[in-house]
Amino acid sequence: MTEIDAPGAADSRRPAREHEFTVEQRSQTRLVLRRFARHRAAMASLVVFVLIVLWAFVGPHLWHYSYAKFTPDNSQAPSRKHPFGTDSSGYDAYAQVMRGTQTSLKVAILIALGSTAVGAVWGAVAGFYRGLVDAVMMRVADLVLTLPLFAIALVISSRSGGSWYWIAAVIAGLTWAYVARVVRSTVLSLREKEFVEAARALGASDTRIILRHLLPNALGPIIVNATVLVATGILTETALSFVGFGVQPPDTSLGLLVSQAQTAVDTRPWLFYIPGAFIIAIALTINFIGDGLRDAFDPRQQRVRQ
Amino acid sequence: MLAYTVRRILVSIPVLVVSTFVVFLVVVNSGDPVANFATSRQPAPSKAAVAAFARHIHADQPVMERYWHWITGVLHGDFGPSVQSNLDIGHDLFTRFRVTVTLVASAMVIALLLAVVFGVFSAIRQYSAADYAITFVGFLFLAMPVFWFAVLLKQAGIWFNEQTGSQFLGTIGEKSPYLEVDTTWNEFTDRLGHLVLPTITLALVSFASWTRYTRASMLEVLGSDYVRLARAKGLRRRTVLVRHALRTALIPLATVTALDIAIILGGAVITETIFQWHGMGEMLVQSAQAVDVYRTMAWLLLSAVVVIGFNLLADLLYAVLDPRIRYD
Repeated sequence: MTEIDAPGAADSRRPAREHEFTVEQRSQTRLVLRRFARHRAAMASLVVFVLIVLWAFVGPHLWHYSYAKFTPDNSQAPSRKHPFGTDSSGYDAYAQVMRGTQTSLKVAILIALGSTAVGAVWGAVAGFYRGLVDAVMMRVADLVLTLPLFAIALVISSRSGGSWYWIAAVIAGLTWAYVARVVRSTVLSLREKEFVEAARALGASDTRIILRHLLPNALGPIIVNATVLVATGILTETALSFVGFGVQPPDTSLGLLVSQAQTAVDTRPWLFYIPGAFIIAIALTINFIGDGLRDAFDPRQQRVRQ
Repeated sequence: MLAYTVRRILVSIPVLVVSTFVVFLVVVNSGDPVANFATSRQPAPSKAAVAAFARHIHADQPVMERYWHWITGVLHGDFGPSVQSNLDIGHDLFTRFRVTVTLVASAMVIALLLAVVFGVFSAIRQYSAADYAITFVGFLFLAMPVFWFAVLLKQAGIWFNEQTGSQFLGTIGEKSPYLEVDTTWNEFTDRLGHLVLPTITLALVSFASWTRYTRASMLEVLGSDYVRLARAKGLRRRTVLVRHALRTALIPLATVTALDIAIILGGAVITETIFQWHGMGEMLVQSAQAVDVYRTMAWLLLSAVVVIGFNLLADLLYAVLDPRIRYD
């Protein structure tokens, strides 16, 4: 009599067999996270960046002064009551820097998300279909790349009326082409891989292949680019606001705060140095995070097992 | 090579036409100069005056027609009417261009020299304290907003003048306003003094990223076989570094430098605003504020030509410097 294993019996044996090996299975995400966690500068930067974000978004709800409310104290140096001092009209600089950081971060993050989403899909579609579609789509992207970012942003935002999402949309509208180019070149090599062929053999539609197979596999360069865009975004927005074409009062941004304080560097230095330091801190930590991510996504990095 | 250059120039003409057309649409829709004219004057101008103004700046014509008039006009040296009466945009553009070129050119030269010196030093002393210091300073400058640094530098300039009792470092304008030009030497030093701080401002941003490039490309070259061979056959370290490694390492830097020109022009707008130069930066800010369509277009056209020119230069430089690349 032949003994036929019931399916359940085979299943029950499997865990026992796996215990014979001590190799732990690691997913791609976990590998990347482990590599990132080993990058000390990047981890430290991530902590600082998260703290700044929390402070800028949660802080205003806890702080007893508002960014748009006068206090009776004019031109006061930093004290316990006003940790970042006050300006000549009596605004509390702590509340203003918090608000400015929040606005600048919102703009920068919207730029990164917006241009990444558009650019990734644009580049993936162009790279996937190749031929005429690719040629037309990439010529459009090249056209956008020839436009000088700062000058065009300046011209368009003169109409914005200072709303932060409009400024973000303008800058994102000029930066998505960088992402599109990077994603296209990644997708061009990915589309020839066996797993794409397998997906097509299983009857997957083009949309499904692009969204479920190509884009997730191009995630490394996309995320690295997004971090670079946050830094570009915050530097462009603050520069626009500084020249007077970005965020408008009574709302405020870090660039506007520096601009308002530029004549007071000697008399009320706290108004000038603190918002500037915040811009530097944000851009610096973002750059380090991007660096850490680039190393972490790099498959040539072999330091995981040490 | 010549055929390639000519072909590239010919290809860039349609690019320029399409790109200026898109930009023209954007600029025309960025505001309403006629409404500005009608509302911002005291006493309010009559309906006839507003209509005449609209006719003067071609605001009454359809966009396609305006673009066609503009682009054909530019070929004859006519840059179109400004919202300011009596302003010749062509003359304005080229006067300002000269001012900005001085700034941009000196900033690029300084940035390149510093980048090569620090980048090479950083690479040959990899992982030394100096390398870490240069890397950190590089990251710091990459994260530093131009305008913040410029304001600081302006303060430092004023402090320096006070300390030394001189007026050497100019912080406002590209030259002293009522300078009595008695000698060429005096005019030269005056202009030089005004150039120092804006140049440092503009140079430092590119300096940071170019140093990173030099370091990376130098490291790559230093690890290559032919450099090891050069050392192995007994050449002096200095000879190997300068004649063998540095020459190759500079090739990618040449293209990066040329391609960064658009970023530098953007940086020049901010630098000129802070140091109150009457250059192209001021022109862009003024014309964007006044929704001066043709003045904005003149600026953008010139910058597009410069950017396209530098792109071409980058590709040609690549072929000249790297014998492996041939354009036929």
